[in-house]
Amino acid sequence: MSYLEVKDLRVAFPTDDGLVQAVDGVSFNIERGKTLGIVGESGSGKSVTSLAIMSLLNRKHAIISGEVIIEGKNLITADEETVRSYRGHEMAMIFQDPMSSLHPFFSVGDQVAEAYKVHNDVSDEKAFDHAIQMLDRVGIPEPAKRASDFPHQFSGGMRQRAMIAMALCNDPSLLIADEPTTALDVTVQAQILSLIKDVQKEFNSAVIVITHDLGVVAEVADDVMVMYAGRVVERGTVNDIFYRPEMPYTVGLLSSAPRLDQVSDRLIPIEGQPPSLLRLPAGCSFAPRCFAKSHVNGDACDTTMPELLQTRPGHDVRCHLESSARISVAKQRLAGEN
Amino acid sequence: MTEPILSITDLQMYFPVMKTGLRTVKTGDVKAVDGISLDVMQGETLGLVGESGCGKSTAGRAAIRLLNPTGGKIVFEGQDITNASRRELRPLRTRMQMVFQDPYSSLNPRHTVGRIIAAPFEIQGVKPEGGIKKAVQELMERVGLNPEHYNRYPNEFSGGQRQRIGVARSIALRPSFIVLDEPVSALDVSIQAQVVNLLDDIQKEFKLSYLFVAHDLSVVRHISDRVAVMYLGHIMEITDRDTLYAAPQHPYTQALLSAVPLPDPIAESQRERILLQGDLPSPINPPSGCVFRTRCVFAQDLCAVDMPELREVAPGHKIACHFPQISLQKQIEIRRPHSDQPMPPSSIQVDRPQTSGPASGRDFVGE
Amino acid sequence: MGIYIFRRTLYAIALLFVISLVVFVLFSALPFDPASLTCGKNCTTEVIEANRIRLGYDLPMWEQYVKFLQGIFIGRDYGHGVASFTCPAPALGYSFFRQECVTSLLITALPPTIWLAIGSVTLWVGTGILLGIWAARRRGGAPDHIINVLTVFATSMPTFLTGQMALTFLIGKFGWIPPPDYYEPYQNFPKFFSTMFLPWIVLALPGLAIYARLTRGFVLETGSEDFVRTARAKGLPEKTILWRHTLRPALSPLTTLAALDLAFMLGGAVVTEKIFSIPGLGRLTIQSVIQYDLPVIVGTTILAAAFIVVANLIVDILYSVIDPRVRLK
Repeated sequence: MSYLEVKDLRVAFPTDDGLVQAVDGVSFNIERGKTLGIVGESGSGKSVTSLAIMSLLNRKHAIISGEVIIEGKNLITADEETVRSYRGHEMAMIFQDPMSSLHPFFSVGDQVAEAYKVHNDVSDEKAFDHAIQMLDRVGIPEPAKRASDFPHQFSGGMRQRAMIAMALCNDPSLLIADEPTTALDVTVQAQILSLIKDVQKEFNSAVIVITHDLGVVAEVADDVMVMYAGRVVERGTVNDIFYRPEMPYTVGLLSSAPRLDQVSDRLIPIEGQPPSLLRLPAGCSFAPRCFAKSHVNGDACDTTMPELLQTRPGHDVRCHLESSARISVAKQRLAGEN
Repeated sequence: MTEPILSITDLQMYFPVMKTGLRTVKTGDVKAVDGISLDVMQGETLGLVGESGCGKSTAGRAAIRLLNPTGGKIVFEGQDITNASRRELRPLRTRMQMVFQDPYSSLNPRHTVGRIIAAPFEIQGVKPEGGIKKAVQELMERVGLNPEHYNRYPNEFSGGQRQRIGVARSIALRPSFIVLDEPVSALDVSIQAQVVNLLDDIQKEFKLSYLFVAHDLSVVRHISDRVAVMYLGHIMEITDRDTLYAAPQHPYTQALLSAVPLPDPIAESQRERILLQGDLPSPINPPSGCVFRTRCVFAQDLCAVDMPELREVAPGHKIACHFPQISLQKQIEIRRPHSDQPMPPSSIQVDRPQTSGPASGRDFVGE
Repeated sequence: MGIYIFRRTLYAIALLFVISLVVFVLFSALPFDPASLTCGKNCTTEVIEANRIRLGYDLPMWEQYVKFLQGIFIGRDYGHGVASFTCPAPALGYSFFRQECVTSLLITALPPTIWLAIGSVTLWVGTGILLGIWAARRRGGAPDHIINVLTVFATSMPTFLTGQMALTFLIGKFGWIPPPDYYEPYQNFPKFFSTMFLPWIVLALPGLAIYARLTRGFVLETGSEDFVRTARAKGLPEKTILWRHTLRPALSPLTTLAALDLAFMLGGAVVTEKIFSIPGLGRLTIQSVIQYDLPVIVGTTILAAAFIVVANLIVDILYSVIDPRVRLK
């Protein structure tokens, strides 16, 4: 039984220029103790997906449909008060920029204590003591002293630790980390990722890590979902995605990223630009940039959106090409031949 | 050996710290760059890496005199430009250029792309053959932009295209040297590769030398011939690219490299990570002796007393460390997607490590 | 922090000196002979010259300024013998026209202005902010549009128009409100309140509209900040998110504005005081201008400037209390 089930989630934002379909039919499950990585570039819908799960999108400005089910309760149709009791309690979130995500006017300790107090009937002193314990748990030195400091007195890494303390203070079953290390330096990133892995073990939470960095996914995720233009284009275990990628977009991402551990003469970029969400291509949204398109007979790529289909147990791919053909195209691509 | 196009000796760049009490007094300096020396050779790319606050961007700006250095010496194409006046620098600006990180704020939103790219011609009073418009359109074509979009405004372009505009502007006057300050950091991976390739191509075509300032070690590895690692205003290690990535000797370089997660889950689970403790010390009040000692696991008493000089440990390989660590990192096997190596089943399983190391020829490209 | 306040206070005092000097020099440069203004049309040269010596207008300018400053600290004597009179410190000059020390004129005129200013500023800041919050919460809804129309209307109506209309209709034609008069609040509060009520509203209307629009903008802007999203992600109720997390940062820029507005109003609301016959600083100023009573004009100008300087000082200190980022060790 999965802890979180997302079924056919769709989010659209009406704008003056038309409807922006930011998320288009995303479904997945996640269990406690597992980490799901969502990878994609800007505009892929990965962050909107996480905000929709947390019900943090303003219903006035977003059209949301589908189901987000936590232990049998659908949060999309639930009333605001129920959703509020889940937020920060059952599910918690940390954001990309810890500086702007912490309130500049309140001390770090107060902000963590507030998150605890809102879901627990305790005194202010007790809540603050709990906040100090949490700050200690996430590795902030001298927590009792630092708790009364303000966010601007913390370093970037310490701020993100404080955000994690705030997210974990109610022992949530689901932790969503949206680009948790993008604003941080690489040595601090290593500390924060190792902290996320540690607390996940300790709290046995389900974790969703949203990132554009393939290295971060490889380090923390058990399962990976690759998104492009609002849709899931490939989904599988971390080994499926990194060693047996089939969707040309995933292959393109892997081949265009320079690697620390090897030298290539030339990077193999994906040509063109991601499509505008206002004017998506008629067929497969990746077709205009796809290097495997010529291997598909007919004009299927330009006319119909392929389904997300299983290629082997637990590994789904959205592509018109046959699995064996996909693999051979991928091999050529990764060897720099096309 | 070719001549250095840019030679920096003991460059210092301090910013005063003011304290407002009864009177505003200078109480110290932010030593953003504190005595760095490096040469950029003709036609090479020197990567300058480090974490935020290490002084790499300041060093890059000071190198082409966008800042007035506090001390040291800068020689560009044989000419000492350390104290050159604006008037003296002006003709040199055709020879050295800069590309900035943020493609959104570095282009004037009220000017058309044509006007932005034409600006260097107008400022320098250069009349290209066939007129400015033709030259601009040729430049646009060269960097992969549609020349018909000459009259469009920057907001009509995506991040990657804007960075192409910045590149076109920088090569307009056919410079010999460009400082690239985090030119691809703001871009998505697939677009980043396009711009990196463009930079590679125009370097070959126009015989450019680059100072490539970046924090992304993977990109720096791809693009650089030699790499300098900075920490808190000092160069910690400088050597050719392959040596730096395969056999770094400075504990900081080793920690930095080990912190970068690899897009390779099995390698990732096998490698030993050096987790640096704590945060970057304040550049206003840096540690005594070696600036890295507060976070270094190998630090000894000597390190608190004496800042190690940047010294040569092998030809072309300099480090600033009292206790260099040779080859600390375990060589790990690289698995590429769809390779013929034995692959694990769908669930994560760590295979037995094999003994082949990464290809790391020591072909020094800068020579 | 102590040093900071001390330093700012020193600055404020220095600034006041500069202002007093500038005002003094400006008024001395006016093409009027202050001595001849001391008596009417059929004045003899002897009387003028006697007054000139009595009031010290015969002295060189720098000496006049030194005497003026001395007067502020130790008081000042005018003339000799029987015809002499004394203004105790802080003396800002002597109004020959009214035969009274400027300071005592100011002290008499100050309380009505203070009541008028405090009442109307409280009304306009308070109501403006509440309306602004309401408009922001119902962004794009009916309250937002109604408040938008009302604010345009209120800002485009000058006080002399609204004031005169209120006087003509509400007081004159319908007689709903008692005619203009001034009562001290501690003597007769109900009468004080009923006569001040209309001036407060008239004076508050344009400011109220501006505050409503500013508040709306600041609340909407702060509402899209990352830290408000964090507050929501914590599961805080919307009430707490608005009142605790959004309003404090949203309204902190308004404190500067409100303090300066209050200071400005304390310098005297010329039009409103004139229309509603309130014996405050504004009315004193306009009467002095009409009568060329230069010492009083100098006095009211310096007092008004002093209010602004002190308000700036208070704002600086207040800001460091509100926003920990500007707090100094």
